[in-house]
Amino acid sequence: MTATIEGPSTRPKPDDGVGLDLRGLWTSEWTKIRSVRSSVVALVLLVVVSIGFTALFLALTVAQWDKVEVADRILIQFDPTRTILGAGFQLSQLAVCVLGVLVIANEYSSGTIRASLLAVPRRTPMLLTKAAVFAVLVFVVAEVAAFGSFFVGAAILDSKIPVGIGDPGALSAIVGAGLYAAVLGVFSITIGTIVRHTAGGITGIIAFVLVLAPLTQLIPGTVGDHIHAYLPTVAGQLIVSARQGPDDLLTPWQGFAVFCLWTAALMVLADAMLKRRDA
Amino acid sequence: MSASTLKTAANATKGTTVHAAQTIEVRDLTKRYGDKLVIDHLSFVVQPGVVTGFLGPNGAGKSTTMRLIVGLDRPNGGDVLIGGKHYADLARPLRAVGALLDAGATHKGRSAYDHLLYLSQTQRIPRSRIDEVLELVGLRDVAHERAGSFSLGMSQRLGLAAALLGDPQVLILDEPVNGLDPDGIMWIRKLVIHLAGQGRTILVSSHLMSEMAATATDLIVIGRGRLIAACSTDEFVERSSKRSVLVRSPDATRLIELITAAGGHTEAADDGSLIVHLLDAPHIGAIAARSGVELHELTPQMASLEDAFMEQTHASTEFGGNAHRDPDPADTASQGGGAP
Repeated sequence: MTATIEGPSTRPKPDDGVGLDLRGLWTSEWTKIRSVRSSVVALVLLVVVSIGFTALFLALTVAQWDKVEVADRILIQFDPTRTILGAGFQLSQLAVCVLGVLVIANEYSSGTIRASLLAVPRRTPMLLTKAAVFAVLVFVVAEVAAFGSFFVGAAILDSKIPVGIGDPGALSAIVGAGLYAAVLGVFSITIGTIVRHTAGGITGIIAFVLVLAPLTQLIPGTVGDHIHAYLPTVAGQLIVSARQGPDDLLTPWQGFAVFCLWTAALMVLADAMLKRRDA
Repeated sequence: MSASTLKTAANATKGTTVHAAQTIEVRDLTKRYGDKLVIDHLSFVVQPGVVTGFLGPNGAGKSTTMRLIVGLDRPNGGDVLIGGKHYADLARPLRAVGALLDAGATHKGRSAYDHLLYLSQTQRIPRSRIDEVLELVGLRDVAHERAGSFSLGMSQRLGLAAALLGDPQVLILDEPVNGLDPDGIMWIRKLVIHLAGQGRTILVSSHLMSEMAATATDLIVIGRGRLIAACSTDEFVERSSKRSVLVRSPDATRLIELITAAGGHTEAADDGSLIVHLLDAPHIGAIAARSGVELHELTPQMASLEDAFMEQTHASTEFGGNAHRDPDPADTASQGGGAP
């Protein structure tokens, strides 16, 4: 204890001229996320709901198999992995959106952002590290959900269409689910940083994900189709499929690249606003 | 609080720029919120080794100035240097500067310990220091409770723990006694005086004049974002024109005539004594002696800090209809950087 108080080794020294401490920044952002119980609960729920909803959806599909329209049956047959992963994932992506907005908007509503910026006055490393920590966390959680959903879903669907993890594109779609969720998390953080208000940020991101897509489909002709295909989450979700569908304008990886570009552009905007505005 | 806990860092005397490493230099600082000029070409220097009180009426710009010092807000013009550096250029800012700007700047769902933990991790401050500061501010028993359950006084203590976490040479405290009980106020008062005694630079704002009188050696007084005074507390009181002399005499009527004839102004106090303005004590004594008037008391009255403050900031109080005064034309011309 004496050493703790008096010893120069543990005593915090004034500015020792060391550059930016990325590892310290990383652990710090991790502490922020894990120390709020609601975000931990939300991530656990994400896995449970995701797998549960997949099981429910596929059980219903199998039970109603004879009543499923032929066109839909062909679509499921064409890419069963997409069907399996798509079910739980539509729901769980909303949790990622909300959490992503909260991660930064909560700092503003609680005033923590001022404490954070006093510790790390350089805005860009703070924002990027926060986004990276959240992305890695979401990736891991989404992978657990995706693998769980896939095995549960494949077992249920097996009586109608046999699906295996060794099928072409299946594994890449499962990994893709995690990648999509991770980038969606970063996308939500940029929206939260730009909007700075919890409710406004969540409304904004939900509008992007749920409202914009069906809206652009109302635009007649191929213009609407193209706008729709290049929307961030519409393009991004293609990565969660084993192969390019007949109606897809982009391949899975092209779609993901489009989503990443959207996210990068918003990140540049968010960073510029964070630097310019008073905290 | 133990003396060893508050011991100056071993490095305090290391290096050649010890003096520069501890001053806060505010240079020609200007800040606008929209059309409103909040900080108007403000310049002052805060010296190490003493408690410097930061005074001003509500809306004078104290909190804004403090936020500008630590780079939370962007100035429209001017500069702030802490030990010769911009805040943003400090590699481990919490180890150099501790700031308590608003209590309750903690996530309601996070514990006090975790709040200090994430701050310390960015600065490589050992965990043992978290326990030290929690002990110091008296929050050790509630360290793992959610900050949302804290009272204002407890939040204030947590904010102070965060400010002291890096054992900084410079402390910036905005209204630190807010929400504290008398014990807590006494404790903060002793703490800042103790920390200043170790050679640290301490800037404390308060709206309680009596608080400043008890703690601050130097004062920075601002009004409407402009500097009104930067001097020692004694000098500030001295400067006040409200100084007066209390005189007691059995022959008050005669004395009043004499004083009035000499250009003084008298005021009768309830107990039969006189308060004399515009003449100093030796002068009054001389008048009385020359005319053979008996005096029982002749005491110079020092204005309280509160009186001095009221007097000197009166013109700059932001009340009434003059809150939206037009900025000087010179300001608009010299504005540099910032938002368009």
